[in-house]
Amino acid sequence: MAYNPFSLEGKTILITGASSGIGRGIAVECSKIGAKLVISGRNEKRLQDTLSQLQGEGHLALQADLSTQEGVDALVEQCPPINGFVPCAGIPKMQSVKHINRKDLEEIVWINQEVPIILTTELLKKKKLQKKSSIVFIASLSGIFVANMGESIYSTTKAAISGFAKGAALELAAQGTRVNTICPGLVPTSILEMSNEMFSEDQLMESTKGKYPLRRLGKPEDMAYAAIYLLSDASDWVTGINMKVDGGYSLL
Amino acid sequence: MTLDEFVARFAEEFDETPEEEFKAETVFKDLDEWGSLTALSIISMVDEEYDKRITGADLRSVSTIEELYNLVESK
Repeated sequence: MAYNPFSLEGKTILITGASSGIGRGIAVECSKIGAKLVISGRNEKRLQDTLSQLQGEGHLALQADLSTQEGVDALVEQCPPINGFVPCAGIPKMQSVKHINRKDLEEIVWINQEVPIILTTELLKKKKLQKKSSIVFIASLSGIFVANMGESIYSTTKAAISGFAKGAALELAAQGTRVNTICPGLVPTSILEMSNEMFSEDQLMESTKGKYPLRRLGKPEDMAYAAIYLLSDASDWVTGINMKVDGGYSLL
Repeated sequence: MTLDEFVARFAEEFDETPEEEFKAETVFKDLDEWGSLTALSIISMVDEEYDKRITGADLRSVSTIEELYNLVESK
């Protein structure tokens, strides 16, 4: 029996930041449940690695450097019509409040906050987002539900995205398009290596011990299953929410 | 940056510990004020002053301010 309310058959989904981490995990799982993927990432080789992991036919990889407006414009230009959009490209930076400088602030705000907003706007203007689309932002526990040392700028951008998602959810409801966020707890991926390589995986396990009631850290697949729900018709009456996927972290 | 300048810059990241407690041979992890926030501040300070990334593991691998200075200089 093929009953599956979460099927993504017939849907084309654009995922940025798909060359690693949560973005890659979401792309792979979405392909397994029937979606056609348009994946983008900065690193061509890693993006091709993701492409080779996708199941089914007809996927498209678009190398894009989203650190510039030109890169953003080029991605929108090349993107085919889509039914779902999951911007996952993001950068962290561990930095104490006392040491914030304008250059870092602008770089992180651009990638984490402005690019997802600009992409949404441009995809709408260029009629790439079909009616009854689903947009799923990757926000964070940080800034919306909790705070962590050294993450003040990062959490600023994630809270901003959550705010944008609500505004967009309200406006885009007219065309049946839904907008939600996923707020992950800690998922050990290469994004953590970029955050000044402060922690090894062992140290992460040690420092987070007892903080996750479900007794493990997150996996990209945990976020992928949430994304599948929010991208599928199963969530047809769900818009404007922040979905925590955190192993119970924020309960404590 | 000289060792003395590094020690002075290191000391600036602390709010409670008197400046005179900071010497090249100070074992910084024994300071009452040492913790996740001060560690984060030192990592951020090195990033700012040297444009170099040190890690939590780097901080754990040394004990005195001079050892940290040498580690940073050698990066």
